[in-house]
Amino acid sequence: MHLLEPREHPSKMMKWLSPVIALVAMLIVGSILFLMLGVEPGKAMYIFFIEPLASGYGWSELAVKAGPLILIALGLAVGFRAKLFNIGAEGQLTMGAIFGGGIAILFHEQMGGWILPLMVLMGALGGAFWGAIPALLKTHFNAEETLTTLMMNYIALFVLLYLVNGPWRDPDGMNFPQSVMFNDSATLPLIMDGTRINASLYITLFAVVLFWVFMRKSLTAYKLEVSGQAPLAAKYAGFSSSKAIWMSLVISGTMAGIAGICEVAGPIGQLNPNLSPGYGYAAIIVAYLGRLNPLGIVLSGCFMALIYLGGEMAQMQLQLPVAITGIFQGLLLFFLLASDALIENRYRFAKKTVPPEPVAATSP
Amino acid sequence: MTHPYDLSAHTREMNPGSASSVARLQLINICKSYNSLKANDQIHLTVQPGQIHAILGENGAGKSTLMKIIYGATQANQGQMLWNGKEVKIDNPSMARKLGIGMVYQHFSLFETLTVVENISLGLDEKIDLALLSQKIIEVSEQYGLPVDPRREVYSLSVGERQRVEIIRCLLQNPALIILDEPTSVLTPQAVRQLFKTLRLLASQGVSILYISHKLHEIKELCNEATILRNGRVSGHVDPQDNSTSDLARLMIGRDLPSYVRQDYQGAEQVLFQIESLHAESDDPFGVSLKNINLSIQAGEIVGIAGISGNGQAELLSLLSGEQRLKTGKIRLAQQDISSLSAGQRRDLGLGFVPEERLGRGAVPNMTLSQNALLTAFRQGFTRWGLIKFDQCKAFSEQCIEKFGVKASGAEAEARSLSGGNLQKFIVGREILQNPKFLIVAQPTWGVDVGASMFIRQTLIDLSRQGVAILVISEELEELFEISDRLCVLANGELSEPVHTDQTNAENIGVLMSGIHRPLTAEHSAQEQIHA
Repeated sequence: MHLLEPREHPSKMMKWLSPVIALVAMLIVGSILFLMLGVEPGKAMYIFFIEPLASGYGWSELAVKAGPLILIALGLAVGFRAKLFNIGAEGQLTMGAIFGGGIAILFHEQMGGWILPLMVLMGALGGAFWGAIPALLKTHFNAEETLTTLMMNYIALFVLLYLVNGPWRDPDGMNFPQSVMFNDSATLPLIMDGTRINASLYITLFAVVLFWVFMRKSLTAYKLEVSGQAPLAAKYAGFSSSKAIWMSLVISGTMAGIAGICEVAGPIGQLNPNLSPGYGYAAIIVAYLGRLNPLGIVLSGCFMALIYLGGEMAQMQLQLPVAITGIFQGLLLFFLLASDALIENRYRFAKKTVPPEPVAATSP
Repeated sequence: MTHPYDLSAHTREMNPGSASSVARLQLINICKSYNSLKANDQIHLTVQPGQIHAILGENGAGKSTLMKIIYGATQANQGQMLWNGKEVKIDNPSMARKLGIGMVYQHFSLFETLTVVENISLGLDEKIDLALLSQKIIEVSEQYGLPVDPRREVYSLSVGERQRVEIIRCLLQNPALIILDEPTSVLTPQAVRQLFKTLRLLASQGVSILYISHKLHEIKELCNEATILRNGRVSGHVDPQDNSTSDLARLMIGRDLPSYVRQDYQGAEQVLFQIESLHAESDDPFGVSLKNINLSIQAGEIVGIAGISGNGQAELLSLLSGEQRLKTGKIRLAQQDISSLSAGQRRDLGLGFVPEERLGRGAVPNMTLSQNALLTAFRQGFTRWGLIKFDQCKAFSEQCIEKFGVKASGAEAEARSLSGGNLQKFIVGREILQNPKFLIVAQPTWGVDVGASMFIRQTLIDLSRQGVAILVISEELEELFEISDRLCVLANGELSEPVHTDQTNAENIGVLMSGIHRPLTAEHSAQEQIHA
């Protein structure tokens, strides 16, 4: 019989080392995978993890991709600490892009400094709205948020598809399902020549500091943490569980919404069906890989961005399919969960209990 | 070897007086360590046939470890065990049962939805026909004065009856030695008397009994030999009949038992907390519904609610604390209706609460003491603009640790690293330092050692004399008699009329605990005793 027994004192250091262990295991299994595909692992690993960073432009692309991942993961971490599993960041990102992008499309003919802030605000509201629906379902009908948030992703995607195929389709777009390109007033300004890095970097940096203070110092974050770790203690102390649900889902929705609007007002520049290469899902891994800590999330966000870049390189140079990115993400998550599980628990192989030999039982 | 269930073939004629010189059980130099902690250190113990042998000690003195070693639930690192003069090594409980060692645990392991006979059949090592087993159960229960109907479902049994089921299950294995772990902790005084009768009968037939307890008067009444443990070592082998309870206490805790200081309350009389016709239907089929609960508590007094857990205690507590919302009835705190307020809002108005469960409810296991202080004490101005003032919070925890003698490595120690008693002191301290108007305490000293228990009780008395109204819910009758000004009983979801502690006695309260409502006067109880 296989058993996992909780350890009495899981090592604190190991908890921080767990992402490193997961990384090494991912590299080993990745190498085996490359071998089986007939690619020399050393070369493949170089193309995947080193070459994207061989140029300044590569580093700038890393920042472009890490931005949305970090933004979303910061929000998700708040909910994960309260043990509320929001799997719906992808849909919340999409909704943020629709709400914010809608402003750009509605006021396409107008110019002005007020458009961009309004877009970001609407993006945040859109994400928050999409997070609030599962919160409502959970507080009123006790519907499991893991399922509802996941299902909301598909609804958001179909809303987007309807809009870009219908009312918001670019009339001069040769029938492609996409909106007009946003004008300059509705596009985040680039802040570094020759790169795609835009002003959303400031938003990301600000968010990291804000969340760091929030998680380290605020009573609200403490309350969320208590309700995640010991729900009965939260109830005993009088922390409202429905408040925790609303806070977690609305905060993570807001952050995903901001990430969404920063993408469409940034590198993409319009609404189209391919807004996100799964940032909303990858950010779940980023949050856990960063140990739900804002600074950790910066590191893990950059690493996840590297996997995206490496995946693109591998497609171009090794003619591997796009699935390679997903495989590496999956391996990372798998090994992270496994290593966390073994740090928290001890593995024991229990022999089937054999009835003992009656030992010289003397009758009393 | 005789068939394990063939009671008639069992030889029970052995007379304790003429016991052969071979001891039933002898432990020689038993040592057991958990990491650096020596749970048992050079324990010697000899149990004669037909002897009722007490194992006396505080929580954490090593009693449970020693019993686990005898019952095979854990193994000693060192030492020898002789069973009827022969050395044995007991690898697991099933082997212990085969040898003739039975154990009745403090916490019963019965399935509520199954009948008595089904439960007993599950616990046996061998399969046996249920009809035949029922027959055996009836035989044993008649023989030893343990009346219980094998066809009844366990959920309908009282705690005393459940214990009988456990004892019968143990007796069916024909044990030559029975270990009873704190058997009276959940029994009414009447049920205790019945249990003692059974134990004496068993002893007279040559069965040895190891009786684990920290209740001195019971040991004096029942046992003819006592081994006293302190900090994992034997601190004395005595005859409880020849020693006073204070002698025993000194051996057990290493110093004299201090006594309680109680003054009369001097302040103004004022009703601080009131419960009016509180009703609550339980959603749980095995839960208890509360019926028409009325109680008012004055400033400066402690009201105790006696009764065995599972009679509505948990339900009442969560309704009073606000963890559960009240549907019918009213609760007032200092004349203000708080019935519809949440737990947090009630705390804002000066309600404090120490729950029965310390880890997971009263404290978050993986958080530090400092963080756990914040759990309810953040109201003491520990935040500014929603941000926590960590230095003030730490100072509060350190004050709590110092004032209440909490043994911990500091304010940064994790709650789960503390022993039950120390965590309890911390939680009690946290609630008291917030200057509540009204304090609810559930099982204040459950699992807490004698020294700490006395400290907590004295603290509660002192706090009440400062004008705080205190409600204590406890299973320990002695404790309630020591600290309460008035006492009532919660049985089957009904609360008896409170009476002044000095106008009642354990017998009366015991009658009420069994669910029979009678006026509480000394004359009545005397009559009842005659009728019983």
